Amino acid sequence: MVQVVLTGAMRALAGGVETVEIEASTFKEVLDGLRAAHPALAPVIDRGVSLAVDGLVYRNSWFTPVKPDSEVVVMPYMKGG
Amino acid sequence: MNFISKTKADFKVVGTRVPRPDGVDKVTGRAMYGADITVPGMLTGLVLRSPHAHATIDKIDASKALALPGVKAVVTCDDLGVPEDASLRDVQDNCLARGKVLYHGHAVAGIAAIDMATAKKALKLIEVSYTPLPHVTDVDAAMADGAPVVQEGRADESVPAGSHPNVTTMQEFGHGDLDAGFAKADKIISRSFKTAATHQGYIEPHACLASVGTDGKADLWCCTQGQYFVRELCAGIMGMATSQLRVTASEIGGGFGGKTTVFIEPVALALSRKTGRPVKIVMTREDVFRATGPTCSSSIDVKIGMTNEGRITAADAQLRYQGGAFPCETVSMGAQSAFAAYDLDAVRTQGWNVLTNRPKEAAYRAPGAPMAIFAVESVVDELCQELGLDPLKTRLLNAADAGTKSSYGPTFDQIGLKATLQAALEHDHYRAPLGENQGRGISCGFWFNFGGNTCVSLNLNFDGTVGITEGNPDIGGSRAAISMMAAEELGIPYEKVRTIVADTNSLGHNDVTDGSRVTFAVGLATIEAARAAIRVMCERAAKVWGIDPDAVVWEDGCAKPSGPNAGAFDPMSIEEIAASASDTGGPIAGHYEVNAEGAGVSFGVHIADLEVDPETGHTQVLRYTVFQDAGKAVHPDYVEGQMQGGAVQGIGWALNEEYIYGEDGRLENAGFLDYRVPVASDLPSIDTVILEIPNPGHPYGVRGVGETPIVPPLAALANAASRAIGARMTELPMSPPKLLAAIMAKG
Repeated sequence: MVQVVLTGAMRALAGGVETVEIEASTFKEVLDGLRAAHPALAPVIDRGVSLAVDGLVYRNSWFTPVKPDSEVVVMPYMKGG
Repeated sequence: MNFISKTKADFKVVGTRVPRPDGVDKVTGRAMYGADITVPGMLTGLVLRSPHAHATIDKIDASKALALPGVKAVVTCDDLGVPEDASLRDVQDNCLARGKVLYHGHAVAGIAAIDMATAKKALKLIEVSYTPLPHVTDVDAAMADGAPVVQEGRADESVPAGSHPNVTTMQEFGHGDLDAGFAKADKIISRSFKTAATHQGYIEPHACLASVGTDGKADLWCCTQGQYFVRELCAGIMGMATSQLRVTASEIGGGFGGKTTVFIEPVALALSRKTGRPVKIVMTREDVFRATGPTCSSSIDVKIGMTNEGRITAADAQLRYQGGAFPCETVSMGAQSAFAAYDLDAVRTQGWNVLTNRPKEAAYRAPGAPMAIFAVESVVDELCQELGLDPLKTRLLNAADAGTKSSYGPTFDQIGLKATLQAALEHDHYRAPLGENQGRGISCGFWFNFGGNTCVSLNLNFDGTVGITEGNPDIGGSRAAISMMAAEELGIPYEKVRTIVADTNSLGHNDVTDGSRVTFAVGLATIEAARAAIRVMCERAAKVWGIDPDAVVWEDGCAKPSGPNAGAFDPMSIEEIAASASDTGGPIAGHYEVNAEGAGVSFGVHIADLEVDPETGHTQVLRYTVFQDAGKAVHPDYVEGQMQGGAVQGIGWALNEEYIYGEDGRLENAGFLDYRVPVASDLPSIDTVILEIPNPGHPYGVRGVGETPIVPPLAALANAASRAIGARMTELPMSPPKLLAAIMAKG
């Protein structure tokens, strides 16, 4: 199980929880697990989110590996100038 | 993750200051910018814009315009598609208004005629009936009860019930117990701040030429930061398959985020499709100001608690950004950036994005971060003043480091903030004496940096030289940097490599040039493409020598046998391998396609000295130094240029630049005479100090550098001005009337 930290609007949409425990070994499985655990997050995830795994931010990359002891933070999708 | 394969001592090409490949073209006028493209049979396009800040469009009658000899077509929103995707529909509705005009300058119709004179005459003959509506241009006013509603039903699921319909999104970040944190503080300061909308101010206005054939195939030449994204947007709006639309990026006279979307391109395509002829549209400067994206304006509250020794105990901020008449997400980046420089036990940021009757916001260098960090760094500076603390040492005491849980969630890996602060502390600028009416300001800055989708193709020519095709317009020296990294990896001179920017049909998808991604991501892909070509070259040498490919290594531009059983063969140079390529298996190339990750965040520290004339409020920047971690500076000239350019744009944002609206909601300063950007005579030479703390996510340790330098100047200048006049400046720009009012108010 991976401890997934929610940020931005997602925490409130998940009922105020800061951390969600998800059975996942990849970026995509984290997102799929979040959708299943908290359907209210689906629109946010569908529009796009970023994922920080052990401090590195990924904007997509479904198959980025996630380990049980990884620090996983779901963040709004990043855009730059 | 640690990909670093070369350290400082290994570099031969990277880190040098080679001639820029576009230099001669740009100073001689040979370079082809957006407006320089012409083709036979071309028509001139113009766009009719709204005179109202907010109004319904009751009727558009183009009959008189179309009756004018030489006028070939008029298009409105009805000539574009109706995309299902909401963000694409917003882009389209910004290109040609649908039902309502949402801001002064909003495009209403496009016209194509045989020449400019006819097009201008015809534009005046298009009759549009409007019903004016109440408008709102201020972010706080737009959130208040009873404010005019810009668009109904645009709030996403994050917005709490009962919020004004102009609020489109709400975000919150942070960790820890704020109440407990503030209880530990010896001093707490709360302040409110406002920043004006500012424009990217690129030299080159938007320009494009569209040509749609009778077979449906189309070509578009334009000035953009991302030809692939232009293709995606335009194909979606026009209802075309992306394969049928080829987009070629011209040279670009600046973008800074403002050229990451489309404004005139779908209009030109629609006019070309209707007339069967190529159509060229070139914006005037007035069009650029009225209808292309400035950055958000903001209203921000910050509260920070600090001990007498300078340790921050808790930090809290509320950020309200207006991004014009369409939803945007910029406040989330501001809210995440606000306290990123600090190691905090208790921190919270809340952000609201709000609709107003202003142009649709476009990204501007580190979008969202400069205004948030202006507010935070101003309060940190005031706490230092109140507690008698050194502002740099206090920032060092609180600085984020490897292992810090960032204010926006993730734990930092290797970062260079402390080293950057230390370099500033030890610099002679920090100890230089100040005179009367002069102040010194400090600020940290932060940006995330991105990687993203990238394709690179590297081809070995038969004479041993190398051609590289990449897919991002060269804005900050990427062709030079890419050639240098290829030369470094291949072990050949820089002069033997030429990099060109491909059109959308010549190379796979590349993300927009944004997020300070190109030197990092395209550089990474180039190194990997070079390694792929090296593997082929080693295989060819092995074939010639009749040995196993694993027994061949690549050193200094040559294949060499390696190991005791490889045999005694003379090294085979890249020229020899290239010359025999036809005989040994055919052309040699290397490709790499990746969604690059591991960009690595970037920090900077700025020191600014400012003098304020107490009689007039006029300001003069006396001295300015930028300290920034570049990971590895591939071409130091360009890195310094990014640092200086960002500082100058931030100085303009701090001191003079602002969108000024009248009571009628009309923009009153749509030109460089009234929208005052800093010019060379306003500025001292901007000094730069590059630090190199390698990014473990890149083979050479490279970090993006383009955005971070615009983040600190707002606070650095505000802190300098506040110290110079003895009163805290909380509203940007600090134009002379505002400074004079602050001086007078303090008595």
